[in-house]
Amino acid sequence: MKNIENKEGSETIESLPSSTKLAIELKNITKRFGHVVANSDVNLKVSTGTIHGIVGENGAGKSTLMNILFGLYKPDSGMIFLNGQAVDVNSPEKSIALGIGMVHQHFMLVPTFTVLENAMLGNEGSMFLQSGEEFVLDRLRGLSENYGLDVDFEAIISETPVGMQQRVEILKALNRGAKILILDEPTGVLTPQETIGLFDILRSLREQGVTIVLITHKLKEIMSITDTVSVMRGGKVVANFSTEKTSPEELAENMVGRKVLLSIKKPTLKVGNPVLEVKNVSHESKDGVNVLKDISFDLRQGEILGIAGVAGNGQSELLDILSGIETLQRGKITVNDKTILPYQDWNSKKAREFGVAHVPEDRHKRGLVLPFYNYENSILGYHRNEEYSSGFLMDKRKIFNFVDDLVENFDVRPRSSSISSSKLSGGNQQKLVLAREIESNPKILLVGQPTRGVDIGAIERIYEDLMKLKSKGTAILLVSVELDEIMSLSDRIIVMNQGSIVGETNSSDATELDLGKMMSGLEKV
Amino acid sequence: MSDSNIIPKWLSVGLIPLMNLFLAFCVSGLFILFIGENPFRAISVMIKGAFYYPGAIGYTLYYTTNFIFTGLAVALAFHARLFNIGGEGQAYVGGLGVGLVCLVFDQHVVGFLVTILAILGSVIFGAIWGIIPGYLQAKRGSHIVITTIMFNFIAAALMVYLLVNVIIEPGQMSPETRDFASGVGLVQIHILAKYLGLDIAMSPLNLSFIVALTVSVGFWFLVWRTKFGYEVRSLGHSETAAIYAGIKVSSTIIIVMAISGGLAGLVAINELLGVHNKLLLGFTAGYGFTGIAVALMGRNHPFGIFLASLLFGALYQGGTELDFEFSSITREMVLLIQGLIILFSGALAYMLNPLVERAYLKYYGNYSSA
Repeated sequence: MKNIENKEGSETIESLPSSTKLAIELKNITKRFGHVVANSDVNLKVSTGTIHGIVGENGAGKSTLMNILFGLYKPDSGMIFLNGQAVDVNSPEKSIALGIGMVHQHFMLVPTFTVLENAMLGNEGSMFLQSGEEFVLDRLRGLSENYGLDVDFEAIISETPVGMQQRVEILKALNRGAKILILDEPTGVLTPQETIGLFDILRSLREQGVTIVLITHKLKEIMSITDTVSVMRGGKVVANFSTEKTSPEELAENMVGRKVLLSIKKPTLKVGNPVLEVKNVSHESKDGVNVLKDISFDLRQGEILGIAGVAGNGQSELLDILSGIETLQRGKITVNDKTILPYQDWNSKKAREFGVAHVPEDRHKRGLVLPFYNYENSILGYHRNEEYSSGFLMDKRKIFNFVDDLVENFDVRPRSSSISSSKLSGGNQQKLVLAREIESNPKILLVGQPTRGVDIGAIERIYEDLMKLKSKGTAILLVSVELDEIMSLSDRIIVMNQGSIVGETNSSDATELDLGKMMSGLEKV
Repeated sequence: MSDSNIIPKWLSVGLIPLMNLFLAFCVSGLFILFIGENPFRAISVMIKGAFYYPGAIGYTLYYTTNFIFTGLAVALAFHARLFNIGGEGQAYVGGLGVGLVCLVFDQHVVGFLVTILAILGSVIFGAIWGIIPGYLQAKRGSHIVITTIMFNFIAAALMVYLLVNVIIEPGQMSPETRDFASGVGLVQIHILAKYLGLDIAMSPLNLSFIVALTVSVGFWFLVWRTKFGYEVRSLGHSETAAIYAGIKVSSTIIIVMAISGGLAGLVAINELLGVHNKLLLGFTAGYGFTGIAVALMGRNHPFGIFLASLLFGALYQGGTELDFEFSSITREMVLLIQGLIILFSGALAYMLNPLVERAYLKYYGNYSSA
């Protein structure tokens, strides 16, 4: 493994043209949380009218840095310069007044308000709403046309698609006079087409002199839209590049601190008999919404079936039903030749008995009991098994033997059985959950968002483990919103939109654009 | 309720509760000063009253016994993130179990056996009074806080009705049953000591105290060593994770409330089998409510609950002494002091945490991050 710790300092800064005006300059920013140093002596320069990317793994300090710039956190030391002036950004109000706007990963919109009401929030224009509305609407229309921010001002936010909600966030920032726009993981919830639309908007903003800081973990996006990019690792900026002079491989290497393999070796394997058959499954949510409509598919031994789709199109509910968390309402499921009919006794316990293991989408809410120690979490769901108990008692020694091996074999760090799982990084938490489910020797593994909030090093490992499991003949159902992941891991891909299966393809034939079209419901295949 | 991750455990479970207690005593001292008494003399009377005078320790431990039972009852429910406010009612109805068993059997069956049955009766009746709110929470979504509070009132009304109209000793005015037959009941420790040739002062302390200690160990075992305890704690920390793990949420809630109610019901053995030897009105005297503070202060761990129970036992006993000794300090003043302690160590339990965290980080924090 090549160590590239020495990438800091002057040699990389030169890639920035020194003559251009700097919109943002951060000097020696340090921020501690208790023992944790989130930002250590960070320097960052962003030129006016450029798009600057910040990449880094989870916990590298990207969000902390941006929250400092936006006035949410106060740095322990360091200086902030905006357009060459030293400023003291001590609150979001102050930073908005200084012309900084931020679009958070999770939108800060009032779901019951209209687009207009949301966009004018915090800058109503007048004491009386009506006259303010007319005034603001005029200005917003102007902005909207100028930058291609296409929105319907009358619509209620909760009824608009995510893409539009994001445009409203951008409008909101511009309405408050933002000249610097920070976007935190803006494409996580978008289809490929919507992402392209967003990037067009960002480009036109740049043309008109707006400075954009883009935080993302998707290297492809960095390559396609940014002018310059900074890589953060362990609270430090470890490298700065001009985008055209770097490559995804180089960025990844800097993010992780060693060489990483981004490609996956898929074992070639003849798929066997179907082990999971889903027939005409429909589901109605508690609010009476039809979240699944007539879903049917097969999953075979040794096969990875990917389910692609924008988040919230029924994938989560499908996983919940298959794993026994939700009751089956309509349709039929056959698991290892055992048939489950609607409203039959079907729960997570039974699912495990039938050989269905489940790595849930949300490891914090479901996969782990966070305050529990690793040894307690590593038997969650399997705690009734005889291997870990004698009678009604838990057998601590057997559990510890099992867990010590588990953290060793699956490289969970720190390698400790008696540390609270809440203290593990996202990647290690995910490794622990995956390890537990794989160790149960499942016939079928349901996996939801295996790499959400997981660092690259751990992603590599997780993919490896999944491939190993596949070559043992386990059938894997993979739900992910990361198209790349679906395309590189799966043998077969089905696409879901609004609760229905809108397409199926072999992964070898799939292209991102085709899948994107299906995901947005534009095209049936 | 979450303990801090920043400061070490000895600070959060050792020092901070002591600081809370100290604050409560300081404010109490101000009140005592305000009514013209010397707070230092008052505290010395209290301590002597709780530990020094003949029989004082016995009385203190007798109160402690009640608080252990109700504290454990509240704590078990807390582990499943259920707030059982109904300890008072469950203890009261537990008393009905004791009373009915004794009244029905004590003329026909040998005393020892009746006592065993009466103990079971207290547990079962207390459990029933816990199961109903548990069922309503689990299956009908009625909030446990509301239902358990209501069940305290129902229990009180039911007991008044029964004691005034049904099981009152015929021909007498006060709402009590007849005395249980001799031979029924739990031996008081001073009597037991006399058999062993020891001479200790008379006090109501009885074998229930031993039961309380045994149950405490059992509690620890149940919560941290059994599969059921594991499921309860999973459910308490994260209901979604519990469902994912295939744990049956509603039946777990109901069983937890049954055990919790049963624990509270055991107060009746201390009061009725150990002391009064009959069922009488209002014997629970607020022990069920104080159990909430005990559990909170004891951080839901049996050892902590034991210490907190000892503190409250000492307060009850020392407070009575305070009432005797000073003409100006009345029963109400003693209640005020108890209230302040509950306020500081229960409701304001985490008030000092930020302060201690900051101080800790200031003196220790920078070394490790440097």
